[in-house]
Amino acid sequence: MSLVFKLARRNLFHDRLRFIATVIGIVFSIVLVTVQMGLFLSFDRMVTTMIDHADADLWIVPRGTKCFEDPSLLDERERFRALSVEGVADATPVVIGFAQWRMRNGGATPIFLIGADMRTDGLHPWNLVGGSIEALSISGAVAVDRSYFERLGSKGLGDSAEIRDQRVEVTAVTSGIRSFTTTPYVFTTLDRGRAFVGTTPNKATYYLVHLARGADAAAVRRRLDATLVDAEVLTPGEFRSRSRSFWLFGTGAGAALFAGALLGMIVGTVIVAQTLYSSTKDHINEFATLRAIGSSGTYIHKVIVFQALLSAVIGFGIAAGIGWIIVRATADSALPVIMTPALVVGLFVLTVAMCVLSAIAAIVQVMRIDPAMVFTR
Amino acid sequence: MTEAILDAVDVVKFLGSGAGRVEALKGVSLAVTGGELTLLMGPSGSGKTTLLSILGCMLTPSRGMVRVAGRSTAGAGPEDLAKLRREHIGFVFQSYHLFPTMSALDNVRLALDVRGEGTRASRAKAKEAMATVGLAHKVKAYPSELSGGEQQRVAIARAIVANPSSVLADEPTAALDGANGQIVMKVLAQIAANPARGVLVVAHDPRIIPFANRIIHIEDGRIVGMEPGGAGLNSK
Repeated sequence: MSLVFKLARRNLFHDRLRFIATVIGIVFSIVLVTVQMGLFLSFDRMVTTMIDHADADLWIVPRGTKCFEDPSLLDERERFRALSVEGVADATPVVIGFAQWRMRNGGATPIFLIGADMRTDGLHPWNLVGGSIEALSISGAVAVDRSYFERLGSKGLGDSAEIRDQRVEVTAVTSGIRSFTTTPYVFTTLDRGRAFVGTTPNKATYYLVHLARGADAAAVRRRLDATLVDAEVLTPGEFRSRSRSFWLFGTGAGAALFAGALLGMIVGTVIVAQTLYSSTKDHINEFATLRAIGSSGTYIHKVIVFQALLSAVIGFGIAAGIGWIIVRATADSALPVIMTPALVVGLFVLTVAMCVLSAIAAIVQVMRIDPAMVFTR
Repeated sequence: MTEAILDAVDVVKFLGSGAGRVEALKGVSLAVTGGELTLLMGPSGSGKTTLLSILGCMLTPSRGMVRVAGRSTAGAGPEDLAKLRREHIGFVFQSYHLFPTMSALDNVRLALDVRGEGTRASRAKAKEAMATVGLAHKVKAYPSELSGGEQQRVAIARAIVANPSSVLADEPTAALDGANGQIVMKVLAQIAANPARGVLVVAHDPRIIPFANRIIHIEDGRIVGMEPGGAGLNSK
């Protein structure tokens, strides 16, 4: 093995205190980026979770809808217009809207209601951990997520509360259906949902279109576009993209997360650059000696870059461990940090890039070395 | 006498700029030939180190010509000069400049590593060089575990391990006591006995004179005298 790696390792570990400071800098930076990006991924999933779990080939949405939680209403005539279009097998109504959840102890909290026909394919609660979909047909039945029990003052199945002065009972419990806005989602039937959000039976927020067997989605969409008056037609992918774009970038939430991640990267880069620079300065005689005995510039750059890479690998290993603990600790919270294999790979590449970039200042310093200085020191 | 393997012809070197600009070398011509140890002597500020830096391809002359193994350094860039150094010149420095975090063997191997030589071959050559300087038993020692004389001998092993045609030594005994200085000079004289290699030593120390085949005196940037130092034959 070339002595380049050995030299880099010895240079790095020679001053243990500085090495620890470097690793802490990298770990701090990468954990910060991990949390920010993990939250970003989490939010990204949350803002499209309803669209992801809805059974629909096309969505009919009020014109100008920005995201799933945009509670405008469509008239039922739009549904009939859709049903008249060739290739449309069904157009299932879904109603959404904000309401007040009044707890038995007198407190109240806002909720986000989703009312859908539980007997047909459409938008049903998923990941049930208690009760059943069928149990939602019971009078006043609702489904809530267990991560919001505390917010809702609920103990789970069988617990009761009030929405719009009507008694409701938890007959189904889900796990992991969280809202980007942190307002708890509450599922119920279509009729009850309309009543809870205070709209009339001939209104709905969305119509979920199911295509007839063999129908061409693009052709059906064109026909729907030509037929509908106050609505637009979106594929699930388009609706996802629109929701994502609104919540993550339209509101600035995504930008804030990215800004946090960017800050982490900058802090990490500066810390690593500073330590590599001062390490190089401390070993300037050795680099000058290497140059004097004829080493190429590339050889010396390799020593510095190896130092940076070694710092990156050690720092990333520790940061990944801490990141994994954070992921586990937040898994059941309202704001889970998500770590995907792609994110892990991306963070490793980022750590390496950050450390190599940090080496530039040290390399520039070494480039200026006059090998003749070895005669005067 | 063999042909010159390192020579300077009418070398002029200006250092600094503006009002601080000085002419450190004023037309120096010098040849280092194989099989001899040349001693360059002169007072502080006479231009010894500047001349050594130019002959060692670390500085380029402002005027004049330097040839290393017959090749002119005119127009060579920093990487070309580094290549000339690693292929043709070995260096011994006053303060050794060993790497404190590496063993003696690895310090010697560095001169081969920068040439891209493989581990197995470089280990064997480095051990051979350590044996040449009488330190075969110290290959695993770190510089801090060696005496000043031993450190300088490791530095000499590093200078010769790649079999350069020239070895340039800057005050190699200045930091050593008399006994260690003698040992180091004997090793350098032994190295200079190879007809394919020339050794140039810059020194103040008159105790070195007996080891030199030739003594060159430099003052105020000019060669002012040359004399034989025949006692160097004692070491052969």
